[in-house]
Amino acid sequence: MNGYDISHLLAGAMLVTSFALLYQDRIAAVLNAFAMQSITLALAVAWAAWSDDRPDLYITALIALALKGIVIPLALHRTVERLGIHHSVEKVVGVGVALMVGLALTGLAQALVVKVASGTASHAREQLALALAIVLLGFLMMIVRRNAVTQVVGFMSMENGLILAATGARGMPLVVEVSVAFSVLIALFVFAVFVFRIRERFDTVDIEALDRMRGDSR
Amino acid sequence: MIHAYQLVVLVPYMAALLLVAIPGYRLGAVVNVVASALTLAIGLGLIAGGQFVGDYAIVDEFNIVFIVINTVVGFTTALFSASYIGHEIEIGRLPAGFLRFYHAMFQAMMGSMNLALVANNIGVMWVGLELATLITVVMVGLYRTPQSIEAAWKYFILASVGISLAFFGTILIYLAGQPALGEGLPAMTWSLLQRSAASMDAAILDLAFIFLLVGYGTKVGLAPLHAWLPDAHAEGPTPVSAVLSGLLLNVALYALLRFKMVVAGQPAALDPGPIMVVMGLVSLIFAAFMLYQRRDIKRLFAYSSIEHMGLIVFAFGMGGALANFAGLLHMAMHSLTKSGIFFAVGHIAQAKGTQRIAEIKGLSVTHPRLAVAFALAVLAICGMPPFGVFASEFLILTTTFARHPWLALLPAFGLLVGFGALLLRLQETVFGEPVGPAHRVDASSVPMVLHLALVFVSGIFLPPALVGWFQRAAELLG
Repeated sequence: MNGYDISHLLAGAMLVTSFALLYQDRIAAVLNAFAMQSITLALAVAWAAWSDDRPDLYITALIALALKGIVIPLALHRTVERLGIHHSVEKVVGVGVALMVGLALTGLAQALVVKVASGTASHAREQLALALAIVLLGFLMMIVRRNAVTQVVGFMSMENGLILAATGARGMPLVVEVSVAFSVLIALFVFAVFVFRIRERFDTVDIEALDRMRGDSR
Repeated sequence: MIHAYQLVVLVPYMAALLLVAIPGYRLGAVVNVVASALTLAIGLGLIAGGQFVGDYAIVDEFNIVFIVINTVVGFTTALFSASYIGHEIEIGRLPAGFLRFYHAMFQAMMGSMNLALVANNIGVMWVGLELATLITVVMVGLYRTPQSIEAAWKYFILASVGISLAFFGTILIYLAGQPALGEGLPAMTWSLLQRSAASMDAAILDLAFIFLLVGYGTKVGLAPLHAWLPDAHAEGPTPVSAVLSGLLLNVALYALLRFKMVVAGQPAALDPGPIMVVMGLVSLIFAAFMLYQRRDIKRLFAYSSIEHMGLIVFAFGMGGALANFAGLLHMAMHSLTKSGIFFAVGHIAQAKGTQRIAEIKGLSVTHPRLAVAFALAVLAICGMPPFGVFASEFLILTTTFARHPWLALLPAFGLLVGFGALLLRLQETVFGEPVGPAHRVDASSVPMVLHLALVFVSGIFLPPALVGWFQRAAELLG
């Protein structure tokens, strides 16, 4: 087992958690799956830091572990408990359909990146394909879940995919890694404010309630 | 030694920090105006300062155009906001404590947009745009009504998806540049990327440009990715609508154009032109038809912004020195006119206490001067001579006609459809029997008149220096 196998193993594990995010129907389980994904991301980034000898990546790994693996899931767990919405999540389509679409997106990502990026080193290419699949699955999750908290998770899962992609691109300057971590922080802030406000105004975090508030039909 | 390009970013950020510390909103408004004036002076100073290319920052004639528009509209909006926002507190729409953050966020947003504009590092450019977006999300939700929260949420979701896709595109550009430029900073530096575009892998550039087009295109408001735009314009405070339409859309377009310049440097890669032409036309014609169904006056002009961004993207997609010149000119004219219209709409909303078009009637009876200014502004955005928008639209259509006569019919058709809708609504609001309340308007009309005057003058006479400057910027675009 060489270094690339390990990085692929970790990236593949992240993809598996992405699928887990799609089929879980309890919010607590969604949050746990997200925490798993973030911890796997931290391991993948740390592995890249060690194998490529890029110590600056340890910072990224640490941020991923501390913030997205521990702090944010815990904070969201508490929010969910306080709001009393820990039961099942509204979905637009059934689990089966969501998983099939997810599978198709994964295939698309592989086909696209592997075909297009034939010039780059093979390991970078494969990691990029996995990362794109994770991004697309996060996107899918934001579409099929009609709930503010799970949309938050879908968005952050997308960002996990982006960080994985940035790690795969060898030598991408720290600027970007810091900015990604930073954007997650701000995203958390914005989401926290909104989830709170949505609850305050609508007594629910179901996005359906928001959709009824179309300004044009007032 | 601090350069002007650093100040244009630093001054707004420092002002934002200062404004957080100022409790009273009246003093905050004054500081906001002063800081914006200072930024404007620095922005104008950039014209004289000449060019600069560094690792992180770039100043060339192309982005000076954007920075100057940014600082000009930023200043007039701060001026408008200072007289406008007090009224919102009086009628209880906003708690006074919020204004402290409103002013700080306004400056932070200006600083972030300028950061995106001067950045030579494609990562920093992305950070600037993301920051500006997140700040406007919070500002759109400022009133905390169910509608404004819905608008802000939708804006946030769509903008974050867009910005994530743009980031993926940025990573792909880095991967494309890496073989030629080596690992690390150089492969993220725009000026180096552009220079070595010819040696990059065409397939990766193709994929990257698609991601960047969808990502930044969401923020430009191109159909079908525009869904956030009308809501965000309608539900936020009016000064924010003015800045959104007049500036933030431009900054997103600027990012897209920078990448277009890179991709254009590799002949084997896809040609961005036709894609942009199609997306521009779809937005233009779609938005023109949507104008007819609007019942909210701010939504109406939000759709008009989609229409005009479509036309601008169309012009840049056509490419060539003349079409690029026309596109740049139209962008400048649209920014000035549209933010002027939003100032007028802000006055109207305060005068009538509503944004519903059906409840705004007979302005010419109750507020004659406001009605005249509003009518002139709407006629200007419709592309009536002698205003500047006419000149730029005429130029876009004639250059298209000279090259592809049949293609010119489509934008002309879209503009005519939009013209009809706006004229219809203009007639409804300005004439007729007045209904509803008619409050006094406290907000200053100076910014509105200033914008109208600028658009009027540039329609009649463009100084040769300005024309030469825009021409050189257009040539950079290729």
